[in-house]
Amino acid sequence: MSKLEKAALGEPAPLAQSDADDVFLSVRDLRIHFDTDDGLVKSVDGVSFDVARGRTLGIVGESGSGKSVTSLGVMGLHRSARAKVSGEVWLDGQELIGAHPDEVRRLRGRKMAMIFQDPLSAMHPYYTVGHQIVEAYRVHHDVSKKIAKQRAVEMLDRVGIPEPGKRVDSYPHEFSGGMRQRAMIAMALVNNPELLIADEPTTALDVTVQAQILDLIRDLQKEFGSAVIMITHDLGVVAEMADDLLVMYGGRCVERGPAEAVFSEPRHPYTWGLLGSMPRLDRDETDRLIPVKGQPPSLINLPPGCAFNPRCPYADIPKDDVTRTVRPELTEVGSRHWAACHMSQEQRERIWTEEIAPKL
Amino acid sequence: MSDEKAVSIPQQSGGTQAKDAGADGEILLKVTGLQKHFPIRKGLLQRQTGAVRAVDGIDFEVRKGETLGVVGESGCGKSTMGRLITRLLEPTAGTVEFEGRDITHLSTGALRPMRRDVQMIFQDPYSSLNPRHTIGTIVSAPFRLQGVTPEGGVKKEVQRLLSVVGLNPEHYNRYPHEFSGGQRQRIGIARALALNPKLVVADEPVSALDVSIQAQVVNLLDDLQEELGLTYVIIAHDLSVVRHVSDRIAVMYLGKIVELADRNALYKAPMHPYTKALLSAVPIPDPKRRKVKSERILLKGDVPSPISPPSGCRFHTRCWKATQICRTTEPPLLELRPGQRVACHHPENSEDQAPQDTELLTEARQAAAELGKSSDTSSDK
Repeated sequence: MSKLEKAALGEPAPLAQSDADDVFLSVRDLRIHFDTDDGLVKSVDGVSFDVARGRTLGIVGESGSGKSVTSLGVMGLHRSARAKVSGEVWLDGQELIGAHPDEVRRLRGRKMAMIFQDPLSAMHPYYTVGHQIVEAYRVHHDVSKKIAKQRAVEMLDRVGIPEPGKRVDSYPHEFSGGMRQRAMIAMALVNNPELLIADEPTTALDVTVQAQILDLIRDLQKEFGSAVIMITHDLGVVAEMADDLLVMYGGRCVERGPAEAVFSEPRHPYTWGLLGSMPRLDRDETDRLIPVKGQPPSLINLPPGCAFNPRCPYADIPKDDVTRTVRPELTEVGSRHWAACHMSQEQRERIWTEEIAPKL
Repeated sequence: MSDEKAVSIPQQSGGTQAKDAGADGEILLKVTGLQKHFPIRKGLLQRQTGAVRAVDGIDFEVRKGETLGVVGESGCGKSTMGRLITRLLEPTAGTVEFEGRDITHLSTGALRPMRRDVQMIFQDPYSSLNPRHTIGTIVSAPFRLQGVTPEGGVKKEVQRLLSVVGLNPEHYNRYPHEFSGGQRQRIGIARALALNPKLVVADEPVSALDVSIQAQVVNLLDDLQEELGLTYVIIAHDLSVVRHVSDRIAVMYLGKIVELADRNALYKAPMHPYTKALLSAVPIPDPKRRKVKSERILLKGDVPSPISPPSGCRFHTRCWKATQICRTTEPPLLELRPGQRVACHHPENSEDQAPQDTELLTEARQAAAELGKSSDTSSDK
């Protein structure tokens, strides 16, 4: 408990200015490829980002853009036989990709934990909720079952499950969707992890329950000072939770920066597309949404050049057909704000302010 | 009896006949006191021990050419409602009238001609298409079942439908697994449109799709409505999508409609506390708003069980304005403002319906205290 309090007192990391200090998780050029019968699937192809203690990174993108694969890669949950993982993942100064699986296993659940999208499939239906939380605790702590169970009750109480002393002996199917998600959060947090990865934690839930769960994650983060990675396709959720934002497309990062900058001055046509695609309650209703045309690309043969070029309405602006031949690299477009696009900074600024922003 | 017109079916609707059939349009579908209780049976004799009251007495009508959105949390009965009005389920009580004709208890055979006019789009584009049938077979199934031969032959008509929904007509011989989620949903839409229906009930048509694809499908539904003069009932849980597509919106809670209003009235000045809470829970994609302390109303706990719903107003267990009368008397759905019907004793943005009853229930007092402000705050902006 004392550790818990210490963490709560710890400074909530005011490091908006620089990337360098107190970076807790640092991912460098992460690549995760799967060899399949149809060819090499490049699910993640060179992604880098940092997350500091007490900060939240939001990862957005369509299904198949590599967001979940990235997070599983950080957790070391890919089977080495099938997945080719390269790059570097530094967790609190320790490199994980090259580390022995046993070492990563000892960190997993303790230093880094994960909340999955579907709590019904992430919890074992045969064991009680309490049993599963106790197990997660005892793997990392040499305590008796009794103490571990106390801890489980304490955690269930903390995440707002009514009558935790009774509910600890319930099975997952006896919980409602929102309660199950809470129970899973309790299980993920039982060891006070310093890094919490939430993969679509609220996608399966109703808005009212979603608001409860997001509140809970935010409170717990404040209390424990953990670093949080929030993976979602809901820009509303990200806007509410994230300090920084990473937009993924076709296994690569196309835009990265502080959440406010990415929302107010997005510098990649795909981000524009995402913003134009969603109806918003805070604006007057529009007649039509502005969708991104076409379909997400196949990760087996990505379009050459910029992976977004077949769907990009501005693909012809850069000269010499460079969009279709050369892959754009991330370039700095603002303070701590990067985007990967061939159009010049001025062109993008002009298109955003004149064409896109007024229609949103 | 439908034999003579079986020859030519689609295409005659042509123009934009029902484009602005707003407030005073002709009533296409009328539902009164609709109920659906699913029995719970137990024991050796399978005696009925209770019932899940999925839909428990709702009234509304759908006018020609409009879009009625239905929102609510999971388990509130909105999907069951959709299946009742398409008569995929038989109601326990109440009536469903389509074009003035009572279809509540028609037999399967008697329903068949009506099936042509009422079609459904399903939520999950992965399970609603038979994986062993080609797209051509799937989209032409309505013609086969109704014994209709469209002008120019089935194949030509199917290909026309495919191009209407934005698919390549050459994909006629492909199988569902060759398509992405958004494309599959378009196939489902093409199938629903095959017989040129009057009413299309769409149950969560876009919730399984990615945002960018979601916008494509929403726009497609929009265009089709304008071109074919369709009437939609769109069931969804995403309030921003519902606002975008609907003319009028019904909010459901535990098998009841708690508020039914025009889109603008509902979103600008919701009257039912539940509607207000639901709207305030939608995350707004604007990080700047995070610093402004939001007026979010956090509802406590979960939706109560529809097996034994709370007495009186069903929302009283989670409402911060609940008083004694809410526990005892069920509020009727009343038109408190033109075009806005609400079932509440103490509505927001309107005159109190039970002003003599001011003592808050204990739970309500707690909830109100947690909101951190007085219970009679009106509009948000």
